[in-house]
Amino acid sequence: MIKVAIQNLNLFYDTVQALKNISLDIQNNEIFGVIGPANSGKSSLLRAINRLYEIDYARMTGRILLDGEDIFNLPVNDLRRRVGLIFATPVVLPGSVYKNISYGPKLHNTFKKNELDERVSTALHAANLWDEVKDRLWDSASTLSGGQQQRLCIARTLAMDPEVIMMDEPCSGLDPVSTTKIEATMLELKKQYTFILVTNNTKQAARIADRTAFFLSGELIEVDISKTIFTSPRDQRTDDYIRGRFG
Amino acid sequence: MKDKIAENILLLIAFSAILSLLLITFFIFQQGIPLIFKTGLHNFFSISWSPTKGGFGILSMIIGSLMVTAGALVVGIPFGLACAVFLAEFSSPTIQKTLKPIIELLAGIPSVVYGFIGIVILVPFIRETFGGPGFSVLAASIILGIMILPTIVSISYDSLLAVPNTYREGSYALGATKWQTVRMLLLHAARSGIVAGIILGMGRAIGETMAVIMIAGNALKIPGSLLDSVRTLTSTIALELGYAAGDHRAALFACGSILFIIIIILNIVAIRVTGRK
Repeated sequence: MIKVAIQNLNLFYDTVQALKNISLDIQNNEIFGVIGPANSGKSSLLRAINRLYEIDYARMTGRILLDGEDIFNLPVNDLRRRVGLIFATPVVLPGSVYKNISYGPKLHNTFKKNELDERVSTALHAANLWDEVKDRLWDSASTLSGGQQQRLCIARTLAMDPEVIMMDEPCSGLDPVSTTKIEATMLELKKQYTFILVTNNTKQAARIADRTAFFLSGELIEVDISKTIFTSPRDQRTDDYIRGRFG
Repeated sequence: MKDKIAENILLLIAFSAILSLLLITFFIFQQGIPLIFKTGLHNFFSISWSPTKGGFGILSMIIGSLMVTAGALVVGIPFGLACAVFLAEFSSPTIQKTLKPIIELLAGIPSVVYGFIGIVILVPFIRETFGGPGFSVLAASIILGIMILPTIVSISYDSLLAVPNTYREGSYALGATKWQTVRMLLLHAARSGIVAGIILGMGRAIGETMAVIMIAGNALKIPGSLLDSVRTLTSTIALELGYAAGDHRAALFACGSILFIIIIILNIVAIRVTGRK
């Protein structure tokens, strides 16, 4: 089943065109990898899907459908609740671990104290962070390590009950152990969620993405099952990038 | 060699600035504090102020100062914060560049002009609308509230701008509206700066003299309502110093000492609050 359908998407920052006529379908419950060198439009793609590009004063043409419904027909807050975004540098909000996780749910609904506690604990369990922070729920979230902070951000997104989780190079600043933990978390969670994973680390896409798309200068060069992309790509440029000949 | 001379001259000038501060402090306390002990703390903090007959109780003036300051905050905080939030979060760069200097210009208007506007417009308005003499706690609070706006606005605005943009993006990405982001995140993240701005505004309000003399009525009693006339520490000093002599003069310096202490405490609190980020 198609979860996110992107049709003829163009995105402009002022006069610079960041995305050029992109069409893509992202399936339910897959991890969809997006690779490509810097400035290839990977992050812009994510920011288009949750309409975060609007705060950058960018302009978009084309259509994006979530479950068959045009994202411009959805209230933007609801769209962003359903499509979570995790940034490359963990964005830890000021305040405690608990406050960070409960921030999202509180935006969209009013909860009783015990319902909120329940949400926080479920989200932290799902993000594989509970055991490490269960005694530190009221400590400032900025005291956590980098890897923990990134999983905190994942938990915060999960607490909003999203459908799609988009990650923008989530492991770029992390050590291999933290990276492994986050990848394991994603593989577990993909039963319930759809992931779009933008990564600079082609090996990461090869390890966990079901399908992978290669972007170059705002264009979609090719998209295929990860195994095919990484072993026998159709396009020479994809092959060059994967083998590290440029980018 | 030339460098050395320049350095020493600069050092001398810098120290003379600090020295003048120390001298002022020393002079005020040296003139004022002995009288406090001579009168006794109990009498000094009583309400009987009849300096020509040896009554030096400044309680009603302290309460007066605190009332108009509190009133100024009630007026200044909501307007100031709203203004800072609007400028920092809801307006385009062009509007920010135009409005911020205009608000800061408010700080450049001489206080006598504020007092004048108070007498001509605000005092008659209060007298006709709410009754009473018009010269009142209310009038002083409103004018002082406007006078502390630039302090509150510009410091709060700067501290809102200092909140990293990633917080805003993170919040929007979680589906927050702009208003939710301001209310639940940005005000919280910028609160040390905002509190510092408010405290510095408080210092300005409590130290203001001319505008308050002109519109507060200066009756020597503890005001019973917002429409009553009020006398502050600063106005007492300014009104009476011209003819005061002996213990009376010392008592005014004692008022000055108390003001000085209050302002120093406010400034220390402000520095503490901003330092702890």
